[in-house]
Amino acid sequence: MKSGSKLQKILEAGHFAFTGELGPPRGANVEHVREKAKPLVGNVDAVNITDNQTAMVRMASWAASLLAIEEGLEPNFQMTCRDRNRLAMQSDILGAYALGIRNILCLSGDHQQFGDHPQSKGVFDIDSTQLIGMVKKMRDEGKFLGGADIDEPPQLFIGAAANPFAEPVEWRVHRLAKKVAAGADFVQTQCIFNMERMREWVRQANDMGLTEKVYILAGVTPMKSIGMAKYMASKVPGMDVPDEIIKRLQGVEKKKVSDEGIKIACEQIEEFKEMKGVAGVHLMAIEWEHKVPEIAERAKVLPRPEV
Amino acid sequence: MIVAERKPFDEIKTMVQGYQKVLTIGCGTCVAVCLAGGEKEVGVLNKELQLARKMAGSPITLGAHTVERQCDMEFLEELDSIVDEYDALLSMACGAGVQFLGERFPNIPVFPAVDTTFIGANRDVGWYEEKCRACGSCVLGMTSGICPVTMCAKGLFNGPCGGTNKGSCEIHADQPCAWYQIHERLALQGRLDNILEICPPNDWRNQTPRTIVQPGYEERKKAMGGK
Repeated sequence: MKSGSKLQKILEAGHFAFTGELGPPRGANVEHVREKAKPLVGNVDAVNITDNQTAMVRMASWAASLLAIEEGLEPNFQMTCRDRNRLAMQSDILGAYALGIRNILCLSGDHQQFGDHPQSKGVFDIDSTQLIGMVKKMRDEGKFLGGADIDEPPQLFIGAAANPFAEPVEWRVHRLAKKVAAGADFVQTQCIFNMERMREWVRQANDMGLTEKVYILAGVTPMKSIGMAKYMASKVPGMDVPDEIIKRLQGVEKKKVSDEGIKIACEQIEEFKEMKGVAGVHLMAIEWEHKVPEIAERAKVLPRPEV
Repeated sequence: MIVAERKPFDEIKTMVQGYQKVLTIGCGTCVAVCLAGGEKEVGVLNKELQLARKMAGSPITLGAHTVERQCDMEFLEELDSIVDEYDALLSMACGAGVQFLGERFPNIPVFPAVDTTFIGANRDVGWYEEKCRACGSCVLGMTSGICPVTMCAKGLFNGPCGGTNKGSCEIHADQPCAWYQIHERLALQGRLDNILEICPPNDWRNQTPRTIVQPGYEERKKAMGGK
Protein backbone atom coordinates (compact mmCIF):
# COMPACT_ATOMS: atom_id res chain seq x y z
CA MET A 1 0.00 0.00 0.00
CA LYS A 2 1.32 3.42 -0.96
CA SER A 3 -0.61 6.14 0.76
CA GLY A 4 1.72 8.96 -0.15
CA SER A 5 2.21 9.50 3.57
CA LYS A 6 5.61 10.90 4.48
CA LEU A 7 5.33 9.23 7.87
CA GLN A 8 4.92 5.89 6.15
CA LYS A 9 7.95 6.52 3.91
CA ILE A 10 10.10 7.51 6.87
CA LEU A 11 9.13 4.42 8.84
CA GLU A 12 9.54 2.10 5.87
CA ALA A 13 12.98 3.57 5.18
CA GLY A 14 13.96 2.57 8.72
CA HIS A 15 14.33 6.10 10.08
CA PHE A 16 13.42 6.83 13.68
CA ALA A 17 10.15 8.73 13.33
CA PHE A 18 9.32 11.83 15.34
CA THR A 19 5.73 13.08 15.43
CA GLY A 20 4.07 15.96 17.25
CA GLU A 21 0.64 17.13 18.23
CA LEU A 22 -1.53 20.16 17.61
CA GLY A 23 -4.86 20.81 19.29
CA PRO A 24 -7.32 22.81 17.15
CA PRO A 25 -8.71 26.03 18.63
CA ARG A 26 -11.97 26.59 20.46
CA GLY A 27 -13.25 28.68 17.61
CA ALA A 28 -12.63 29.44 13.96
CA ASN A 29 -9.33 31.17 14.70
CA VAL A 30 -7.14 30.25 11.74
CA GLU A 31 -4.19 32.30 13.00
CA HIS A 32 -4.18 30.26 16.18
CA VAL A 33 -3.60 27.08 14.14
CA ARG A 34 -0.91 28.75 12.04
CA GLU A 35 0.90 30.03 15.14
CA LYS A 36 0.88 26.60 16.75
CA ALA A 37 2.03 24.99 13.51
CA LYS A 38 5.09 27.19 12.97
CA PRO A 39 7.42 25.71 15.61
CA LEU A 40 6.56 22.20 14.40
CA VAL A 41 7.55 22.73 10.74
CA GLY A 42 10.77 20.88 9.96
CA ASN A 43 10.96 19.46 13.47
CA VAL A 44 8.43 16.63 13.20
CA ASP A 45 7.51 14.15 10.45
CA ALA A 46 3.80 14.42 11.06
CA VAL A 47 1.52 16.16 13.50
CA ASN A 48 -1.52 14.67 15.19
CA ILE A 49 -4.55 16.93 14.85
CA THR A 50 -6.78 16.08 17.77
CA ASP A 51 -10.52 15.47 17.40
CA ASN A 52 -12.53 17.37 20.03
CA GLN A 53 -10.03 16.23 22.63
CA THR A 54 -11.28 15.84 26.20
CA ALA A 55 -14.75 16.02 24.63
CA MET A 56 -14.59 19.82 24.24
CA VAL A 57 -15.89 21.32 21.00
CA ARG A 58 -13.06 22.51 18.80
CA MET A 59 -12.45 23.24 15.14
CA ALA A 60 -12.95 19.99 13.16
CA SER A 61 -9.82 17.87 13.04
CA TRP A 62 -10.03 17.53 9.24
CA ALA A 63 -10.26 21.32 8.84
CA ALA A 64 -7.32 22.00 11.15
CA SER A 65 -5.47 19.22 9.28
CA LEU A 66 -5.92 21.14 6.04
CA LEU A 67 -4.59 24.30 7.69
CA ALA A 68 -1.61 22.28 8.89
CA ILE A 69 -0.94 21.17 5.32
CA GLU A 70 -0.99 24.80 4.22
CA GLU A 71 1.65 25.51 6.85
CA GLY A 72 3.90 22.75 5.51
CA LEU A 73 3.06 20.03 8.03
CA GLU A 74 1.84 16.51 7.38
CA PRO A 75 -1.27 15.94 9.49
CA ASN A 76 -2.21 12.77 11.29
CA PHE A 77 -5.98 13.19 11.26
CA GLN A 78 -7.44 11.93 14.53
CA MET A 79 -10.91 10.44 14.48
CA THR A 80 -12.84 9.35 17.55
CA CYS A 81 -15.87 7.07 17.72
CA ARG A 82 -17.65 9.36 20.16
CA ASP A 83 -19.10 11.96 17.80
CA ARG A 84 -19.92 10.21 14.54
CA ASN A 85 -21.72 7.11 13.35
CA ARG A 86 -20.29 4.87 10.64
CA LEU A 87 -21.85 6.95 7.84
CA ALA A 88 -20.35 10.23 9.03
CA MET A 89 -16.99 8.56 9.68
CA GLN A 90 -16.74 7.14 6.20
CA SER A 91 -17.78 10.37 4.52
CA ASP A 92 -15.26 12.36 6.59
CA ILE A 93 -12.57 9.82 5.69
CA LEU A 94 -13.34 10.25 1.98
CA GLY A 95 -13.35 14.02 2.30
CA ALA A 96 -10.11 14.07 4.27
CA TYR A 97 -8.35 11.88 1.73
CA ALA A 98 -9.76 13.84 -1.21
CA LEU A 99 -8.26 17.03 0.21
CA GLY A 100 -4.80 15.61 0.82
CA ILE A 101 -4.83 13.97 4.26
CA ARG A 102 -2.81 10.75 4.24
CA ASN A 103 -2.68 9.55 7.88
CA ILE A 104 -5.53 8.72 10.21
CA LEU A 105 -5.44 7.85 13.90
CA CYS A 106 -8.40 5.76 15.03
CA LEU A 107 -9.51 6.35 18.62
CA SER A 108 -12.43 5.57 20.93
CA GLY A 109 -12.40 9.13 22.33
CA ASP A 110 -12.75 10.49 25.84
CA HIS A 111 -16.23 10.06 27.24
CA GLN A 112 -18.51 13.06 26.60
CA GLN A 113 -19.12 13.42 30.31
CA PHE A 114 -15.66 15.02 30.65
CA GLY A 115 -16.29 17.80 28.22
CA ASP A 116 -18.34 20.93 27.82
CA HIS A 117 -21.46 19.11 26.56
CA PRO A 118 -21.94 16.38 29.17
CA GLN A 119 -25.63 16.07 28.21
CA SER A 120 -24.76 14.95 24.67
CA LYS A 121 -25.42 11.51 23.29
CA GLY A 122 -22.18 9.60 22.79
CA VAL A 123 -22.39 7.82 19.45
CA PHE A 124 -19.97 4.88 19.75
CA ASP A 125 -21.69 3.18 16.83
CA ILE A 126 -18.43 1.30 16.28
CA ASP A 127 -15.34 1.12 18.50
CA SER A 128 -11.74 2.03 17.72
CA THR A 129 -10.75 -1.51 16.73
CA GLN A 130 -13.72 -1.70 14.38
CA LEU A 131 -12.86 1.74 12.99
CA ILE A 132 -9.37 0.52 12.11
CA GLY A 133 -10.94 -2.44 10.31
CA MET A 134 -13.35 -0.15 8.49
CA VAL A 135 -10.59 2.14 7.18
CA LYS A 136 -8.59 -0.88 6.07
CA LYS A 137 -11.60 -2.32 4.26
CA MET A 138 -12.20 1.03 2.53
CA ARG A 139 -8.54 1.22 1.51
CA ASP A 140 -7.62 -2.37 0.64
CA GLU A 141 -10.93 -3.77 -0.59
CA GLY A 142 -12.28 -0.51 -1.94
CA LYS A 143 -15.53 -1.16 -0.12
CA PHE A 144 -17.66 0.67 2.41
CA LEU A 145 -18.41 -1.08 5.67
CA GLY A 146 -21.85 -1.83 4.24
CA GLY A 147 -20.23 -3.67 1.34
CA ALA A 148 -20.75 -1.32 -1.62
CA ASP A 149 -17.86 -0.36 -3.89
CA ILE A 150 -16.02 2.91 -3.37
CA ASP A 151 -15.30 5.10 -6.37
CA GLU A 152 -11.63 5.95 -5.66
CA PRO A 153 -10.78 4.33 -2.31
CA PRO A 154 -8.90 6.43 0.28
CA GLN A 155 -5.26 5.37 0.58
CA LEU A 156 -4.57 6.14 4.19
CA PHE A 157 -1.76 5.15 6.52
CA ILE A 158 -3.70 3.75 9.47
CA GLY A 159 -2.79 4.53 13.04
CA ALA A 160 -4.05 3.31 16.39
CA ALA A 161 -3.48 4.21 20.00
CA ALA A 162 -2.17 1.87 22.66
CA ASN A 163 -1.95 2.05 26.41
CA PRO A 164 0.86 -0.21 27.63
CA PHE A 165 0.01 -0.02 31.31
CA ALA A 166 -3.73 0.36 32.04
CA GLU A 167 -5.08 -2.59 33.96
CA PRO A 168 -5.54 -5.44 33.31
CA VAL A 169 -1.86 -5.14 32.35
CA GLU A 170 -1.65 -8.66 30.93
CA TRP A 171 -4.37 -7.71 28.44
CA ARG A 172 -2.50 -4.75 26.94
CA VAL A 173 -0.40 -6.62 24.42
CA HIS A 174 -3.47 -8.59 23.31
CA ARG A 175 -5.37 -5.37 22.67
CA LEU A 176 -2.42 -4.24 20.57
CA ALA A 177 -2.58 -7.56 18.71
CA LYS A 178 -6.28 -7.02 17.99
CA LYS A 179 -5.61 -3.57 16.57
CA VAL A 180 -2.79 -4.94 14.42
CA ALA A 181 -5.05 -7.74 13.20
CA ALA A 182 -7.73 -5.14 12.42
CA GLY A 183 -5.27 -3.31 10.17
CA ALA A 184 -3.22 -0.77 12.13
CA ASP A 185 -0.02 0.21 10.28
CA PHE A 186 1.37 2.24 13.16
CA VAL A 187 0.63 2.74 16.81
CA GLN A 188 1.18 5.74 19.05
CA THR A 189 1.20 4.99 22.75
CA GLN A 190 -0.23 6.86 25.68
CA CYS A 191 2.32 9.16 27.40
CA ILE A 192 4.97 6.90 28.88
CA PHE A 193 6.42 7.64 32.30
CA ASN A 194 6.77 4.11 33.61
CA MET A 195 9.69 2.94 31.49
CA GLU A 196 9.90 -0.44 33.17
CA ARG A 197 6.33 -1.25 32.19
CA MET A 198 6.96 0.07 28.64
CA ARG A 199 10.04 -2.15 28.23
CA GLU A 200 8.00 -5.17 29.28
CA TRP A 201 5.13 -4.35 26.92
CA VAL A 202 7.48 -3.86 23.96
CA ARG A 203 9.26 -7.12 24.83
CA GLN A 204 5.89 -8.93 24.77
CA ALA A 205 5.03 -7.26 21.44
CA ASN A 206 8.42 -8.40 20.06
CA ASP A 207 7.87 -11.95 21.32
CA MET A 208 4.45 -12.11 19.66
CA GLY A 209 5.91 -10.86 16.38
CA LEU A 210 3.74 -7.76 16.47
CA THR A 211 6.57 -5.30 15.99
CA GLU A 212 7.26 -6.87 12.61
CA LYS A 213 3.75 -5.95 11.53
CA VAL A 214 3.27 -2.53 13.09
CA TYR A 215 5.43 0.52 13.78
CA ILE A 216 5.31 1.50 17.43
CA LEU A 217 5.82 5.17 18.27
CA ALA A 218 6.39 5.69 21.98
CA GLY A 219 4.40 8.53 23.51
CA VAL A 220 6.54 11.11 25.31
CA THR A 221 5.25 14.10 27.25
CA PRO A 222 7.66 16.51 28.95
CA MET A 223 6.42 17.58 32.38
CA LYS A 224 6.11 21.37 32.62
CA SER A 225 5.65 21.50 36.37
CA ILE A 226 5.29 19.44 39.53
CA GLY A 227 1.58 20.29 39.49
CA MET A 228 1.21 18.80 36.03
CA ALA A 229 3.01 15.63 37.11
CA LYS A 230 0.80 15.26 40.16
CA TYR A 231 -2.32 15.94 38.11
CA MET A 232 -1.36 13.33 35.54
CA ALA A 233 -0.55 10.85 38.27
CA SER A 234 -3.83 11.21 40.09
CA LYS A 235 -6.45 12.64 37.75
CA VAL A 236 -5.87 11.35 34.23
CA PRO A 237 -7.47 7.92 33.69
CA GLY A 238 -5.16 5.19 32.47
CA MET A 239 -2.00 7.18 33.23
CA ASP A 240 0.93 5.67 35.12
CA VAL A 241 3.31 8.25 36.61
CA PRO A 242 5.81 6.65 39.01
CA ASP A 243 6.72 8.55 42.20
CA GLU A 244 10.36 8.77 41.02
CA ILE A 245 9.33 11.20 38.28
CA ILE A 246 7.61 13.53 40.75
CA LYS A 247 10.50 13.23 43.23
CA ARG A 248 13.00 14.05 40.52
CA LEU A 249 11.10 17.20 39.56
CA GLN A 250 10.82 18.15 43.22
CA GLY A 251 14.57 17.69 43.59
CA VAL A 252 15.52 20.66 41.41
CA GLU A 253 15.09 24.35 42.14
CA LYS A 254 11.75 25.81 41.11
CA LYS A 255 12.78 27.62 37.93
CA LYS A 256 14.56 24.51 36.63
CA VAL A 257 11.58 22.14 36.95
CA SER A 258 10.43 22.44 33.33
CA ASP A 259 14.03 22.04 32.16
CA GLU A 260 14.25 18.86 34.21
CA GLY A 261 10.99 17.72 32.59
CA ILE A 262 12.55 18.14 29.15
CA LYS A 263 15.68 16.36 30.35
CA ILE A 264 13.62 13.35 31.45
CA ALA A 265 11.82 13.33 28.08
CA CYS A 266 15.16 13.43 26.21
CA GLU A 267 16.52 10.54 28.26
CA GLN A 268 13.41 8.55 27.38
CA ILE A 269 13.81 9.37 23.69
CA GLU A 270 17.47 8.25 23.81
CA GLU A 271 16.37 4.92 25.27
CA PHE A 272 13.58 4.52 22.70
CA LYS A 273 16.06 5.07 19.87
CA GLU A 274 17.86 1.94 21.04
CA MET A 275 14.80 -0.12 22.03
CA LYS A 276 14.14 -3.05 19.72
CA GLY A 277 10.57 -2.84 18.49
CA VAL A 278 10.19 0.92 18.86
CA ALA A 279 10.18 2.77 15.54
CA GLY A 280 9.89 6.32 16.74
CA VAL A 281 8.55 8.78 19.26
CA HIS A 282 5.28 10.67 19.41
CA LEU A 283 5.90 13.89 21.31
CA MET A 284 2.88 15.28 23.07
CA ALA A 285 4.07 18.67 24.26
CA ILE A 286 0.68 19.66 25.64
CA GLU A 287 0.07 23.39 25.04
CA TRP A 288 3.83 23.67 24.71
CA GLU A 289 4.21 23.55 20.92
CA HIS A 290 6.74 26.40 20.94
CA LYS A 291 9.12 24.22 22.94
CA VAL A 292 9.17 21.49 20.29
CA PRO A 293 12.20 22.87 18.39
CA GLU A 294 14.23 22.94 21.61
CA ILE A 295 13.09 19.45 22.64
CA ALA A 296 13.81 18.05 19.17
CA GLU A 297 17.25 19.66 19.25
CA ARG A 298 18.08 18.34 22.71
CA ALA A 299 16.69 14.89 21.86
CA LYS A 300 19.04 14.84 18.86
CA VAL A 301 16.34 13.93 16.36
CA LEU A 302 17.24 16.79 13.99
CA PRO A 303 17.48 17.24 11.12
CA ARG A 304 14.43 15.25 10.11
CA PRO A 305 15.11 12.91 7.21
CA GLU A 306 13.95 13.83 3.71
CA VAL A 307 12.22 10.96 1.96
CA MET B 1 -37.69 -5.52 35.16
CA ILE B 2 -38.41 -2.00 33.95
CA VAL B 3 -37.14 0.52 36.47
CA ALA B 4 -38.64 3.98 36.73
CA GLU B 5 -38.44 6.91 39.09
CA ARG B 6 -41.13 9.40 39.93
CA LYS B 7 -40.85 12.72 38.17
CA PRO B 8 -40.14 15.78 40.33
CA PHE B 9 -43.38 16.85 42.00
CA ASP B 10 -43.39 20.33 40.44
CA GLU B 11 -43.20 18.85 36.96
CA ILE B 12 -46.21 16.62 37.66
CA LYS B 13 -48.11 19.49 39.24
CA THR B 14 -47.48 21.67 36.18
CA MET B 15 -48.61 18.95 33.77
CA VAL B 16 -52.03 18.64 35.39
CA GLN B 17 -52.52 22.25 36.46
CA GLY B 18 -55.28 22.92 33.95
CA TYR B 19 -57.36 19.92 34.99
CA GLN B 20 -59.92 19.61 37.77
CA LYS B 21 -60.64 15.88 37.72
CA VAL B 22 -57.65 13.59 37.32
CA LEU B 23 -57.40 9.82 37.60
CA THR B 24 -54.02 8.61 38.80
CA ILE B 25 -53.40 5.12 37.52
CA GLY B 26 -50.77 2.85 39.04
CA CYS B 27 -49.29 -0.30 37.61
CA GLY B 28 -48.92 -3.43 39.72
CA THR B 29 -45.92 -4.94 37.96
CA CYS B 30 -42.37 -3.55 37.40
CA VAL B 31 -42.94 -0.03 38.68
CA ALA B 32 -44.66 -1.37 41.80
CA VAL B 33 -41.65 -3.62 42.52
CA CYS B 34 -39.22 -0.73 42.09
CA LEU B 35 -41.34 1.50 44.35
CA ALA B 36 -42.09 4.11 41.70
CA GLY B 37 -45.67 3.63 40.50
CA GLY B 38 -47.61 0.99 42.40
CA GLU B 39 -50.73 1.39 44.54
CA LYS B 40 -48.80 2.92 47.43
CA GLU B 41 -47.08 5.52 45.25
CA VAL B 42 -50.43 6.45 43.65
CA GLY B 43 -51.77 7.21 47.13
CA VAL B 44 -48.76 9.30 48.08
CA LEU B 45 -48.81 11.31 44.87
CA ASN B 46 -52.53 12.02 45.15
CA LYS B 47 -52.11 13.28 48.74
CA GLU B 48 -49.34 15.63 47.63
CA LEU B 49 -51.34 16.90 44.66
CA GLN B 50 -54.45 17.36 46.76
CA LEU B 51 -52.58 19.43 49.30
CA ALA B 52 -50.71 21.52 46.74
CA ARG B 53 -53.86 22.36 44.78
CA LYS B 54 -55.77 23.19 47.95
CA MET B 55 -53.04 25.57 49.02
CA ALA B 56 -52.98 27.11 45.55
CA GLY B 57 -56.72 27.78 45.78
CA SER B 58 -57.70 25.45 42.91
CA PRO B 59 -58.86 22.21 44.44
CA ILE B 60 -58.63 19.05 42.38
CA THR B 61 -60.70 15.88 42.38
CA LEU B 62 -58.42 12.88 42.22
CA GLY B 63 -59.21 9.25 41.61
CA ALA B 64 -56.86 6.35 42.25
CA HIS B 65 -56.80 3.05 40.47
CA THR B 66 -54.01 0.53 40.09
CA VAL B 67 -54.21 -2.13 37.39
CA GLU B 68 -52.21 -5.35 37.24
CA ARG B 69 -50.33 -4.27 34.11
CA GLN B 70 -50.82 -1.12 32.05
CA CYS B 71 -48.91 -2.68 29.17
CA ASP B 72 -51.71 -5.19 28.62
CA MET B 73 -55.05 -4.17 27.07
CA GLU B 74 -56.79 -6.97 28.96
CA PHE B 75 -56.07 -5.22 32.25
CA LEU B 76 -57.05 -1.78 30.95
CA GLU B 77 -60.60 -2.97 30.32
CA GLU B 78 -61.54 -2.38 33.95
CA LEU B 79 -60.86 1.34 33.41
CA ASP B 80 -63.39 1.66 30.57
CA SER B 81 -66.29 2.44 32.88
CA ILE B 82 -64.31 4.81 35.10
CA VAL B 83 -62.29 7.14 32.90
CA ASP B 84 -65.19 9.16 31.52
CA GLU B 85 -65.59 10.88 34.88
CA TYR B 86 -62.12 12.44 34.49
CA ASP B 87 -60.65 15.10 32.25
CA ALA B 88 -57.06 13.78 32.44
CA LEU B 89 -55.22 10.58 33.24
CA LEU B 90 -51.96 10.51 35.17
CA SER B 91 -50.11 7.26 34.57
CA MET B 92 -47.51 5.95 36.97
CA ALA B 93 -46.55 3.11 34.63
CA CYS B 94 -43.51 2.85 32.37
CA GLY B 95 -43.58 4.44 28.93
CA ALA B 96 -45.23 1.34 27.45
CA GLY B 97 -48.09 1.57 29.93
CA VAL B 98 -48.56 5.31 29.34
CA GLN B 99 -48.76 4.73 25.59
CA PHE B 100 -51.23 1.88 25.90
CA LEU B 101 -53.46 4.06 28.09
CA GLY B 102 -53.27 6.81 25.49
CA GLU B 103 -54.17 4.34 22.77
CA ARG B 104 -57.15 2.93 24.65
CA PHE B 105 -58.53 6.34 25.70
CA PRO B 106 -57.59 8.66 22.83
CA ASN B 107 -60.10 11.33 23.88
CA ILE B 108 -58.54 11.96 27.26
CA PRO B 109 -55.07 13.51 27.76
CA VAL B 110 -52.65 11.13 29.46
CA PHE B 111 -49.58 12.35 31.39
CA PRO B 112 -46.57 10.40 32.67
CA ALA B 113 -45.87 10.71 36.38
CA VAL B 114 -42.65 8.70 36.21
CA ASP B 115 -39.54 8.72 34.06
CA THR B 116 -38.91 5.25 32.67
CA THR B 117 -35.24 4.77 33.30
CA PHE B 118 -33.87 1.33 32.44
CA ILE B 119 -34.10 -2.44 32.33
CA GLY B 120 -32.44 -3.37 35.56
CA ALA B 121 -32.00 -5.65 38.48
CA ASN B 122 -32.91 -5.39 42.13
CA ARG B 123 -29.68 -5.03 44.13
CA ASP B 124 -31.59 -4.46 47.37
CA VAL B 125 -34.89 -2.91 48.43
CA GLY B 126 -35.03 0.48 46.75
CA TRP B 127 -31.71 -0.07 44.98
CA TYR B 128 -31.70 -0.90 41.28
CA GLU B 129 -28.97 -1.15 38.67
CA GLU B 130 -29.21 -0.90 34.92
CA LYS B 131 -28.26 -4.13 33.18
CA CYS B 132 -29.63 -4.14 29.64
CA ARG B 133 -30.17 -1.63 26.80
CA ALA B 134 -32.27 -4.01 24.71
CA CYS B 135 -29.88 -3.65 21.76
CA GLY B 136 -31.41 -6.69 20.12
CA SER B 137 -28.25 -8.70 19.50
CA CYS B 138 -27.05 -10.15 22.77
CA VAL B 139 -23.33 -10.78 23.26
CA LEU B 140 -23.47 -11.90 26.90
CA GLY B 141 -22.24 -15.36 25.90
CA MET B 142 -19.02 -13.89 24.55
CA THR B 143 -18.53 -11.56 27.51
CA SER B 144 -19.29 -14.04 30.30
CA GLY B 145 -22.54 -12.42 31.33
CA ILE B 146 -21.46 -8.76 31.61
CA CYS B 147 -23.05 -6.43 29.07
CA PRO B 148 -20.55 -4.18 27.25
CA VAL B 149 -23.33 -2.17 25.61
CA THR B 150 -24.86 -1.21 28.96
CA MET B 151 -22.04 -1.44 31.48
CA CYS B 152 -19.23 0.08 29.40
CA ALA B 153 -19.78 3.85 29.19
CA LYS B 154 -18.57 3.80 25.58
CA GLY B 155 -20.38 0.59 24.67
CA LEU B 156 -17.15 -0.91 23.37
CA PHE B 157 -17.06 -4.37 21.82
CA ASN B 158 -13.28 -4.78 21.91
CA GLY B 159 -12.36 -3.29 25.28
CA PRO B 160 -11.08 -2.42 27.75
CA CYS B 161 -10.09 0.99 26.40
CA GLY B 162 -7.05 2.97 27.57
CA GLY B 163 -9.15 4.95 30.03
CA THR B 164 -9.70 2.06 32.39
CA ASN B 165 -8.37 3.11 35.74
CA LYS B 166 -7.31 0.31 38.08
CA GLY B 167 -10.59 -1.48 37.51
CA SER B 168 -12.74 1.66 37.38
CA CYS B 169 -14.28 3.36 34.39
CA GLU B 170 -12.80 6.68 33.29
CA ILE B 171 -16.17 8.39 33.92
CA HIS B 172 -16.12 7.75 37.67
CA ALA B 173 -14.05 5.93 40.26
CA ASP B 174 -17.22 4.29 41.62
CA GLN B 175 -18.18 2.88 38.25
CA PRO B 176 -16.48 -0.45 37.62
CA CYS B 177 -14.86 -0.93 34.21
CA ALA B 178 -17.10 -3.47 32.49
CA TRP B 179 -14.26 -4.75 30.33
CA TYR B 180 -11.97 -5.14 33.30
CA GLN B 181 -14.67 -7.33 34.84
CA ILE B 182 -15.24 -9.21 31.58
CA HIS B 183 -11.51 -9.92 31.37
CA GLU B 184 -11.42 -11.04 34.99
CA ARG B 185 -14.37 -13.38 34.66
CA LEU B 186 -13.28 -14.86 31.34
CA ALA B 187 -9.81 -15.46 32.83
CA LEU B 188 -11.46 -17.21 35.79
CA GLN B 189 -13.37 -19.44 33.39
CA GLY B 190 -10.33 -20.04 31.17
CA ARG B 191 -12.20 -18.46 28.23
CA LEU B 192 -10.03 -15.42 27.37
CA ASP B 193 -9.91 -16.75 23.80
CA ASN B 194 -13.41 -15.31 23.47
CA ILE B 195 -12.11 -11.76 23.29
CA LEU B 196 -8.84 -12.31 21.44
CA GLU B 197 -10.75 -12.34 18.16
CA ILE B 198 -12.03 -9.02 16.82
CA CYS B 199 -15.71 -8.49 17.50
CA PRO B 200 -17.14 -6.98 14.29
CA PRO B 201 -19.32 -3.85 14.18
CA ASN B 202 -22.66 -4.39 15.88
CA ASP B 203 -25.90 -4.77 13.97
CA TRP B 204 -27.96 -2.19 15.84
CA ARG B 205 -31.52 -3.47 15.82
CA ASN B 206 -32.99 -0.93 18.18
CA GLN B 207 -33.09 1.96 15.71
CA THR B 208 -36.66 1.40 14.53
CA PRO B 209 -39.78 0.48 16.52
CA ARG B 210 -39.74 -3.27 16.95
CA THR B 211 -42.54 -5.80 16.95
CA ILE B 212 -42.10 -9.44 17.83
CA VAL B 213 -44.58 -12.16 16.98
CA GLN B 214 -43.44 -15.43 18.51
CA PRO B 215 -43.49 -18.53 16.33
CA GLY B 216 -46.94 -20.02 16.17
CA TYR B 217 -48.76 -16.73 16.79
CA GLU B 218 -48.67 -15.24 13.30
CA GLU B 219 -52.17 -16.50 12.44
CA ARG B 220 -53.57 -15.12 15.65
CA LYS B 221 -52.09 -11.73 14.84
CA LYS B 222 -53.63 -11.78 11.35
CA ALA B 223 -57.01 -12.72 12.76
CA MET B 224 -56.81 -9.68 15.05
CA GLY B 225 -56.31 -7.47 12.03
CA GLY B 226 -52.54 -7.11 12.28
CA LYS B 227 -50.64 -7.06 8.99
